[in-house]
Amino acid sequence: METLLQIFNTDLLVATVRLSTPITLAAIGATICERSGIVNIAMEGMMIVGAFFGLIGAMFTGNPWIGLVLAVIAGGIFSLLHAFATVSLHLDHTVSGAVLNILAFGVVRYLMVMFFGHPGTTDPIQFSLKNFQWAIPGLSKIPVLGPIFFNQTPIIYFSFILVIFFTFFLKKTKLGLHIKAAGEHPLALETIGVSVYRMRYIGVLISGMMAGLAGAYLSIENAVSFTEGMSGGKGFIAMAAMISGGWTPVGAFIASLFFGFADALQVRLQIAVNLPIPSELFIILPYVLTVAAVAGLVKRSRPPKADGTDFMIERPE
Amino acid sequence: MSAIPGGNVVLEMRNIVKQFPKVLANNNINIKLYEGEILSLLGENGAGKSTLMNVLYGLYKPTSGEILLDGKEVVFSSPKDAISKGLGMVHQHFMLVGNLTVTENIILGSEPGRGGLIDYKTAREEVRKLSKKYKLQVDPDEIIDNLGVGLQQRVEILKALYRKANVLILDEPTAVLTPQEVDELFEVIKTLVATGVSVIIITHKLEEVKELSDRTYILRRGEVSGECNTADVTKAELANLMVGRDVVLTVVKTGKNSDKPPVLKIRNLNVKDDKNLLAVKNLNLDIKPGEIVGIAGVDGNGQTELAEAIRSLRKVESGVIEFKGENITHLKTKELIERKMAYVPADRHRFGLILSMTVAENSVLGYHDKVPAINSAHGFKMNLGRIATASEALVRQFDIRTPGVQVPAGNLSGGNQQKVILARELSREPEFLLVTQPTRGLDVGAIEYIHSQILKIRDKGVAILLLSLELEEIFALSDRIEVMFEGKLVQEFLPEETDEKEVGLYMTGGKGGVSDAE
Repeated sequence: METLLQIFNTDLLVATVRLSTPITLAAIGATICERSGIVNIAMEGMMIVGAFFGLIGAMFTGNPWIGLVLAVIAGGIFSLLHAFATVSLHLDHTVSGAVLNILAFGVVRYLMVMFFGHPGTTDPIQFSLKNFQWAIPGLSKIPVLGPIFFNQTPIIYFSFILVIFFTFFLKKTKLGLHIKAAGEHPLALETIGVSVYRMRYIGVLISGMMAGLAGAYLSIENAVSFTEGMSGGKGFIAMAAMISGGWTPVGAFIASLFFGFADALQVRLQIAVNLPIPSELFIILPYVLTVAAVAGLVKRSRPPKADGTDFMIERPE
Repeated sequence: MSAIPGGNVVLEMRNIVKQFPKVLANNNINIKLYEGEILSLLGENGAGKSTLMNVLYGLYKPTSGEILLDGKEVVFSSPKDAISKGLGMVHQHFMLVGNLTVTENIILGSEPGRGGLIDYKTAREEVRKLSKKYKLQVDPDEIIDNLGVGLQQRVEILKALYRKANVLILDEPTAVLTPQEVDELFEVIKTLVATGVSVIIITHKLEEVKELSDRTYILRRGEVSGECNTADVTKAELANLMVGRDVVLTVVKTGKNSDKPPVLKIRNLNVKDDKNLLAVKNLNLDIKPGEIVGIAGVDGNGQTELAEAIRSLRKVESGVIEFKGENITHLKTKELIERKMAYVPADRHRFGLILSMTVAENSVLGYHDKVPAINSAHGFKMNLGRIATASEALVRQFDIRTPGVQVPAGNLSGGNQQKVILARELSREPEFLLVTQPTRGLDVGAIEYIHSQILKIRDKGVAILLLSLELEEIFALSDRIEVMFEGKLVQEFLPEETDEKEVGLYMTGGKGGVSDAE
């Protein structure tokens, strides 16, 4: 009983939100990207790029907010490579995504050596976004829910807002409608005079910026330094969240919370369970759940019809 | 409809040339459209009709040539320009987003509302008004995927009207419609013309040209091969202009059914579709040697599942299929091939051929491991030389137009691809042939050839089951017509005792109550 209480408490839920935030951000980005018709398996790489530049920005200006902006810009610019390759050059989406993942890790390692003289982990920053943790007056006093949702750090609040924003974006805005059409039936969009290329560039760019923001969370909010490989497959788990969430922002958010919960749980199980079980078995828990969730849910959710397809206007009959 | 050239020219295309990397699709084409007329563009597949209209619509950039609207030259760099100048197009393959609503599809790209937000209330209101004005009834909040093709086409027309089109281009508008829906469409078109819209219809169906249009341009191999007032020409003359030679429009059937026992016998067949719902329900069917049984029906009424069950590509839930007295219900496809049951699948690209393989390889596909003339004694190594020789013989026999047998099948035209499949299947001297959609997307000349080949083997005593969505084809070939509706055979006809209208009625369930009477 004591052990159970030690695991299942408010702290577990607070940790769930913290651990799920980067997944949520990347999953929403990937959702918008795939709704426009481009498969983006480079979320992991874009996240790494964002995390690195976030730290660089925060370190060299001393202002973590500038780090945040730089991370979003870097993620966005890096994602444009994917857009250029898949939309303009008509390259296979998976091939481009795989290449960009490798490129991201290579480029970041190179830059680390350049800036810090060694790969691995950077020096810590003095001032991170964690310093801006804000308990919303009143709301944060609500039992259980207060500490979970209303006493958090900036990017966590942003992630809540972005879930709502992108839901609204897809449902009520012209741009959202055009992006959905580009991912379902691109020629239908082109024939009424809206550029599919542009919509797909926008979709990819949004995913890159969201991945950048997720990266910033990892390096300058949840931590105070950048470590190679610190994304730990979260970009890929985000894709699982996108699929399990049925390609909707709210669905992606809920699925991300689930994966975050699994992650938070395994950390506590490692500490609390006093059995002769290797702790590695707990570490794989989130990944096993990812596979199980995707295998169980993927059948029921319907991907955008033109997801992963190339679009080219002029073809002979 | 009377021909009324002499009014204002609303649209003119001058010396249009469209060169694709390997194909000259349009070669110096000139056409004029008068105000308030219905103009047909008649031509075979690949004649350049759709390319020309896509140039007009701003989707393709012409290599050279000019477009004039109301006498003034215009340049369309995207469909947006064409739309803003009053052009609307209903494409052959509908340009509708399946998971969005009717309203969303109609307003897409021209949404009402300020600051990037969509004003759905106004949008719905406008869609209602439009559908009332033009008597095109449709529920604005329905999801497109839930609508039948007839209604989807309505949405397409509304989409053009919403953008205030005064020139409406319809690309093969009747290809997917039932006879009743075609009648409705023609009514709609006449209503539109009465309100001042000019209409261009792209088609390869001669009946439509005769029934609907005032004037006709005939396109052949990317050039205009004729221009006429529709009332002044006969169907045969149109066909000749279109194909460039005399065409037999209806293949003559000879012979009479035998009274031999049926080759294929189906009893109480039940088959499920991919969604695990019953798609074929308690179906009974006999096919005798030398008989063509045609199954008519609207797409999605269980025809695909039936064909796949007979070919053993899909599990049979219950019931029996017998071939020459042998129960073949649960045999493997390969065992069916060994029993000389031939199959021409509906989708020649996905199931009929392997496009990247050569004509020679495709011409033995499925038989490549069994035929002694082709294989070495051990059946391990294929004798490529013999395959090539055999394939060359087939190319000659079936008049397949190909640069050679070592060319990928994907390089051939649709008609010649279909001939490769037919040659392969018929060369094995089958006793039963299952043909589904044998002439989909083919032009008149190729259709004529394929039909004559099918009739030829019927006269040799082969039992044939034909599944087609084209009623014309069903009527041209069948000795007996069965109508399939919602997985059941609801009515049997003899082709000489019925017509397309009556069969069409049963196809849409108009008289479905009879279905359980057997």
